[in-house]
Amino acid sequence: MKLSFSAEDEAFRAEISGWMADHLTGPFARLKNRGGPGDEHAFFEERRAWERHMGKAGWIGVGWPTSAGGRGAPLSHQVIFYEEYARAGGPGRVGHIGEGLAGPTIVAFGSEDQKRRFLPGILSGDDLWCQGYSEPNAGSDLANVRTRARLVGDRWVIDGQKVWTSLAHVSDWCFVIARTEDGSSGHRGLSYLLVPMNQKGITVRPIQQMTGTSEFNEVFFDGAETAAENIVGKPGEGWKVAMGTLAFERGASTLGQQMAFRNQLDEIIAIAKANGRAKDPVMRQRLAEAWIGLQIMRANALRMLSQAGNPELPREAYVSKLYWATWHRDLGKLAMDVLGPEADVFPGEPGTYELTALQQLFLFTRSDTIYAGTNEIQRNIIAERALGMPREARA
Amino acid sequence: MNFAFTEDQLLIQDAARGWLGEFAGPAHARKVMATKEGYDPALWQQAVALGWTGLIVPETQGGLGLGFVELAILMEEMGRALYPSPFEATVALAANALTALGAERYLEAIAAGDITATLAAGNAIGEVTATPVDGGYRLDGLLRHVPDGARADLVLVAATLDGRTALFAIEGEVAGLTRTGLATMDQTRRPAELRFEGVALPAAALIAADAGRALALALDRAAVALAAHAVGAAEKCLEMTVDYTKGRVQFGRPVASFQAVKHQCADMALAVETSRSAAYWAACVADDCGHNGDGTALALAASGAKSWAGRAYFDCAATAIQLHGGVGFTWEYDVHLYFKNARALEAVLGDGAHHRERVAHLIGLDDLAEAAQ
Repeated sequence: MKLSFSAEDEAFRAEISGWMADHLTGPFARLKNRGGPGDEHAFFEERRAWERHMGKAGWIGVGWPTSAGGRGAPLSHQVIFYEEYARAGGPGRVGHIGEGLAGPTIVAFGSEDQKRRFLPGILSGDDLWCQGYSEPNAGSDLANVRTRARLVGDRWVIDGQKVWTSLAHVSDWCFVIARTEDGSSGHRGLSYLLVPMNQKGITVRPIQQMTGTSEFNEVFFDGAETAAENIVGKPGEGWKVAMGTLAFERGASTLGQQMAFRNQLDEIIAIAKANGRAKDPVMRQRLAEAWIGLQIMRANALRMLSQAGNPELPREAYVSKLYWATWHRDLGKLAMDVLGPEADVFPGEPGTYELTALQQLFLFTRSDTIYAGTNEIQRNIIAERALGMPREARA
Repeated sequence: MNFAFTEDQLLIQDAARGWLGEFAGPAHARKVMATKEGYDPALWQQAVALGWTGLIVPETQGGLGLGFVELAILMEEMGRALYPSPFEATVALAANALTALGAERYLEAIAAGDITATLAAGNAIGEVTATPVDGGYRLDGLLRHVPDGARADLVLVAATLDGRTALFAIEGEVAGLTRTGLATMDQTRRPAELRFEGVALPAAALIAADAGRALALALDRAAVALAAHAVGAAEKCLEMTVDYTKGRVQFGRPVASFQAVKHQCADMALAVETSRSAAYWAACVADDCGHNGDGTALALAASGAKSWAGRAYFDCAATAIQLHGGVGFTWEYDVHLYFKNARALEAVLGDGAHHRERVAHLIGLDDLAEAAQ
């Protein structure tokens, strides 16, 4: 067991940090630290150009196997890549759903044709993806999907509605779980379809959040179509493939997310020092606790990633979503408490609603403990799957 | 970078869990905790034969020459078993301090199991001063909460000498030193009060005249070891609770099937796993910084791990009592042994508030000049 990096690792670190310093400049300079969670609407076109810029340099798919067009980087390099990217203030990635979810799913479950067709567009930064899982009646109960797809000739015809779909309004493709067997229910009878977003049968409507901004959308499928071959796995295997996609959410990119958290914590600490709250003994305890908690988050992620070859999901992986989401939500509240009465104020005229980054953090982190499995669902999963306690009764 | 145990480390873990599970579980703790000595010397010699006392002693001095990850592995398993023994005081404190000082003396005897030992430095409450007198030293003062202070063969005591922290070795009983074992709620630990009244020591008793830095390092490494103990013990609390609630039927179903119970167990699992990540992280930092590296990274990691795992252990033990219901309150069930141990351990080597305040300082909350710029 070893946490230190080798000289060869450090050489790779110099390579990526050097590249970031050389390239996050000129027209891209203003993207620094922008476009993260809660800020995904910022500088979108510029960030799309940045994604292509990264693709040209081969920085998309660092952890993908070389056979899929990736770098096949070992774990230590992936950790370094995501950490250095965030340390340099690398902007929120617009292609992360393709790189982190759609791509790895196609690599693991897709046909050779699908790999040839879809992977290059992700690696170049040209094709953006969104995830069509949740529905109005399929949130925590994800298997209750009602969106239907029928095979008509050589096309799947899709009717239904998805919700909480990040980036749907700008995406080229969506991976959709749809019910393809009439009369089926629950996990059975679902299929995993790749659907082009730019078509008449799809309507995207942004959801205005409590932040006043819109990161999420509703997506309406009204006779939307995709080619018959755009199914990953066999008809009826959609649940298995979808669960595989969820497993990819636990990749090395979580280390980059943590570095972004680190930048937020550093900002809060700087404010506490400047406004004198850093002298308050209770606030000192809370700031120290947050700092310790973030170090533990990194250690926990590295433990989990170091077990990647283990077919059994380790316990540290089961607890990671509940842990980071709760930590981050607490950080948002800590930011407000450090700011005190000023926490409520933003620049501008009364009647406008342009929040500061920390106000966005405070409000947006309320969603952290809800999306991708609520804290309550996470606790069920930990108790049932990691601890072997009896399952909840299901209707 | 590979944050997983090596094959050798897994073997150490397996062997320790097997031996402790067979010979040194809570039933053994109940047997020895009712005695004055507080441990079983014959069983301890078996632990010695397994090489445990020489774990972190250099090979040149008869030890295994292993590091703080391996120490964390053993401490975690001992915490799980709740094995009352001289290990923590002898190895995690005394041998650790002697290696930090690069000392020649005593390590071989410790590794061989010839002596037990303890450290009475910043881990104890109180103060001792040393005064040079005719070719030797005179020690005066009072220390409380010295682990194994009454029963250890060798006491390494820190004393203020000419404004610096010196370390002295006291073997066995000496005139002027009164060692009094304290009766404690947690009967698995044996703290003592050490009263020094004109204790005359020869010059040779001085191990190091300026030991402050090495002792600070050693105490941080000891804090990591205690964090690991907390991890194993907290996990045992979780396991006992899951097992008990699966078997306990109320309203015609196992109480483990109630979400109110499951969610508390999930929170225990979260506390255990994050504490484990914290303890292993800090153990790796302890290995990386060696005996004289930059102490700041270790101070941060050790304080982080100790405060986090200490609270996690208490929370898990407390939840274990709650979820065991009435039987959790009885002497017969083992939960109270862990609950009492968790409370005691939280205060040993600094409580959570102390360590968080230390972190607050180390991460720069007092660097207000920089903030004003």
